[in-house]
Amino acid sequence: MPVGIAYDARVMRGTKGDGSFVAVKILVAGGFGAGKTTLVGAVSEIRPLRTEERLSAAGRPVDDTHGVEGKTTTTVAMDFGRIDIREGLAVYLFGTPGQDRFWFVWDELAQGALGAVVLADTRRLEDCFPSVDYFERRGIPFVVAVNCFEGAQLYPADQVRDALDLGAHVPVVLCDARERDSVKEVLVHVVELALTERESVYS
Amino acid sequence: MRGEQDGFGGVDGFEEEPDDAFDDRDADHDADAYADEAELGQLVRPYTLTRGRTRHAVSEVFDLVTQIGAAPRESGGGEEEAQDPEHEAILELVRVRTLSVAELAADLDLPLGVVRILLGDLFEAELIHVTRPVPAAELPHVDILREVIRGLRAL
Repeated sequence: MPVGIAYDARVMRGTKGDGSFVAVKILVAGGFGAGKTTLVGAVSEIRPLRTEERLSAAGRPVDDTHGVEGKTTTTVAMDFGRIDIREGLAVYLFGTPGQDRFWFVWDELAQGALGAVVLADTRRLEDCFPSVDYFERRGIPFVVAVNCFEGAQLYPADQVRDALDLGAHVPVVLCDARERDSVKEVLVHVVELALTERESVYS
Repeated sequence: MRGEQDGFGGVDGFEEEPDDAFDDRDADHDADAYADEAELGQLVRPYTLTRGRTRHAVSEVFDLVTQIGAAPRESGGGEEEAQDPEHEAILELVRVRTLSVAELAADLDLPLGVVRILLGDLFEAELIHVTRPVPAAELPHVDILREVIRGLRAL
């Protein structure tokens, strides 16, 4: 990130213990309709957020600009919610854009993220492959939360783990994205996972 | 704006116009569904508010969770420098309480890129106070994370 020196002195960077701000960023990923918005809404006041993204030449198939010549941005919509833990400490939840083509938005969201939830719908388990790949590639700790929709067949967590080819270190939990307590537990799993990794590094 | 991608994630079918209105604030459906409203159009194209600028010299500093507060009035460069209603709208919000860049974009119903440019203007005019939070992912201490776990459980 190109941060110039000239204005840096005017931008204060929060540091632990001086009363300034710590932001815990947790991403919520998963396929379309897996319940990302529902999950964020269960624990926080949900806010729609949109971003205009410039399309990179590299990612733009030549034929696609036919008829829309000169179009260099596209709109990406996502959700976010904020949970205040105390003054100066807040958890921000960001629902990632569902379409795989918005990886460049993910890159921004993932910056400084503590961890992620990959919400899985057992009826379309393959929808979470891209999210799992993404977080594995970036080394971002993640928990797979199987959203137990009404009427959806319940699978044992181990079966989901096998189907997604997850390592033993990746927690797989069952949840109901509509239930506040259930979502709280999922988020606690994410933070505990990050904590465990932190302890193993620093101990 | 971070435009480069590293080769994966095919980009296909750009049906949406960049200036779509997303008026439906109903939180019950997934964000993906906003794309359905792509044809609505909007009276003012977003980057008209920024006089065509799509980036700002300092806009990289405005991470999604960077906190924006109002500068003490006496240190500001003068109210007249925030000449646009959108600048003023940002100042009104941050005078009430410190807000993240993401919250400002949502409250103003403006795209993030536009908000970053407007914030850049306000920053250069010394009308706002910018704090980049410590990302928890960088904190070596585990106390904060334990506090977050306790806080989440207590919700």
